[in-house]
Amino acid sequence: MSPPSDSAMQDSAAAIPSSSFGGMQARSAAALNETARVAIRNLDFYYGANRALKGINLDLPERQVTGMIGPSGCGKSTLLRVLNRMYSLYPGQRATGEVILDGRNIIDDDMDVNELRAKIGMVFQKPTPFPMTIHENIAFGVRLHEKLSRAQMDERVEWALTRAAIWGEVKDRLNTNAMGLSGGQQQRLCIARTIAVRPEVILFDEPTSALDPISTLKIEELIDELKQDFTIAIVTHNMQQAARCADQVAFFYLGELIEVAPAAQLFTAPQQPRTQEYITGRFG
Amino acid sequence: MSTTTHPVLSPVKDAATAARLGRGRKRADRVARLLSLAATGIGLIFLVSILVTLFVKGFGAMNLSVFTEITRPPGSNGGLLNAIIGSLIQVALATMIGTPIGMLVGTFLAEYARGSAFGNVVRFVSDILLSAPSILIGLFVYQLLVLPFGGFSGWAGVAALSIIIVPIVVRTTEDMLNLIPNTLREAVFGLGSPKWKMIVLVCWRSATSGIITGILLGIARIAGETAPLLFTSLGNNAWSTNLSQPMPSLPITIYSYAGSPFQDWIELAWAGALLITLAVLLLNILARSLLRRGT
Ligand SMILES: Nc1ncnc2c1ncn2[C@@H]1O[C@H](COP(=O)(O)OP(=O)(O)OP(=O)(O)O)[C@@H](O)[C@H]1O
Ligand SMILES: [Mg+2]
Repeated sequence: MSPPSDSAMQDSAAAIPSSSFGGMQARSAAALNETARVAIRNLDFYYGANRALKGINLDLPERQVTGMIGPSGCGKSTLLRVLNRMYSLYPGQRATGEVILDGRNIIDDDMDVNELRAKIGMVFQKPTPFPMTIHENIAFGVRLHEKLSRAQMDERVEWALTRAAIWGEVKDRLNTNAMGLSGGQQQRLCIARTIAVRPEVILFDEPTSALDPISTLKIEELIDELKQDFTIAIVTHNMQQAARCADQVAFFYLGELIEVAPAAQLFTAPQQPRTQEYITGRFG
Repeated sequence: MSTTTHPVLSPVKDAATAARLGRGRKRADRVARLLSLAATGIGLIFLVSILVTLFVKGFGAMNLSVFTEITRPPGSNGGLLNAIIGSLIQVALATMIGTPIGMLVGTFLAEYARGSAFGNVVRFVSDILLSAPSILIGLFVYQLLVLPFGGFSGWAGVAALSIIIVPIVVRTTEDMLNLIPNTLREAVFGLGSPKWKMIVLVCWRSATSGIITGILLGIARIAGETAPLLFTSLGNNAWSTNLSQPMPSLPITIYSYAGSPFQDWIELAWAGALLITLAVLLLNILARSLLRRGT
């Protein structure tokens, strides 16, 4: 089965040369020699008066995994919630600066957030199956954006579940309630639900912190698979996980992006003393 | 600085004091347990004697003609058929009118007006209605629907019962929706869903068993209401399914028959009381099993 998202991906590649931006982040992105799928420029974020992100500049290179690490409260989740505009649900939270996707600043007020969320999907820390059957869980998001025939929908559901490495476990119980799955299965179902919409970017916020080691391993392998088709950002507290999954790693501290570099380089030869302290476990 | 320890904070050192304190605590515990047992016993005695009386007299008066005959003058072998049907019609209509209103208001409070001043006012009014004496609601509908339209009617009874069930459904709907974690809502939004689809397709579905429980308990409540019907549907000794006319109902029939001097009427009142009790009991059991299955 061929992934139905392939053609969509190729037409819409946003050509933002990362080398046109100065500073450390641009150097590292240039080193990876990729175009940025999402370009974050001078991003500030406020919870009321509290500034949680300070002048962030970061590229998410196309079809690569960007790992985000840093001590608790440094703003990793906040950054993901900016990327899919989740913060817009809450009055008092606002962002300034630019987040460019397909040539548009997605934090502009006139951005259609539902259209954006179809392009930038998110997988949360805790699995959140909907109270319906497994099939309906996957079809739910697809129906929001596309009109498919029954056969096409069945095909899409199978494709998404296969991509999320859970098809074999659920193919005989598609019409049973999704709440009956195990935690690890539920999380893979949520991944399938997200990719079924065929987003361009997938955000993972500590997707394995509630899971056992085997489920964690499955999801890490899955993320490695998914980067063939999707641009991925993953927040994790697990340094090994970041090293295993990510192509480039960004280290945040107190709302600032301290350093971003290819994973191997960041973990072996960090340029900033605070990165060094964090990865060697001296704080956080 | 003094080095003597505080008498209250110092640990009890000698064994005799410890034993004395221990005995005191045990005695207090025994007294408390005895008192609560006695209170429970007294409560149970009343409850059981009410139920036993109801079941003995109710089943004693129960026979086929209760369900096949309509209310008749004393001594002519009447039944309760018209009252049963009248109650069913009024309760069913009130549920059909009151439930959607209550669900929408409850949804508004939980999903759109959380923490807003207007929401707080609506919640306050609804909670007042919830605890308002039902006779007040009867009087209100009397002023609004009976006096201006020239007479008692089934519709007025339906209106009064609807007003009673609405705040019950509002309360349970809001409570059940509030139990849904925000992470679930964010997951729905995260797929690009508009808010109304999130509410209708996910939140309501999550809360279904809880909301149905609330509706069942609401039905149980209005099925036994007498006071709000006194000034509205009034009651009717003839067969009547015309909602523009006064309409019979079980509680009103029980009310007038039980106070009458006629033996056969009094027996019918017991039979009717047993019917309502059994119906309410059934609704409660249903509600409980639903709630247990849902969680
Ligand atoms: N809803 C909110 N209202 C106000 N402040 C918030 C809110 N959510 C987060 N913050 C603050 O913003 C800062 C960044 O929080 P964020 O959740 O992004 O951190 P994080 O890096 O994801 O941490 P963790 O690793 O613990 O998940 C913290 O100081 C936090 O207290
Ligand atoms: Mg977080």
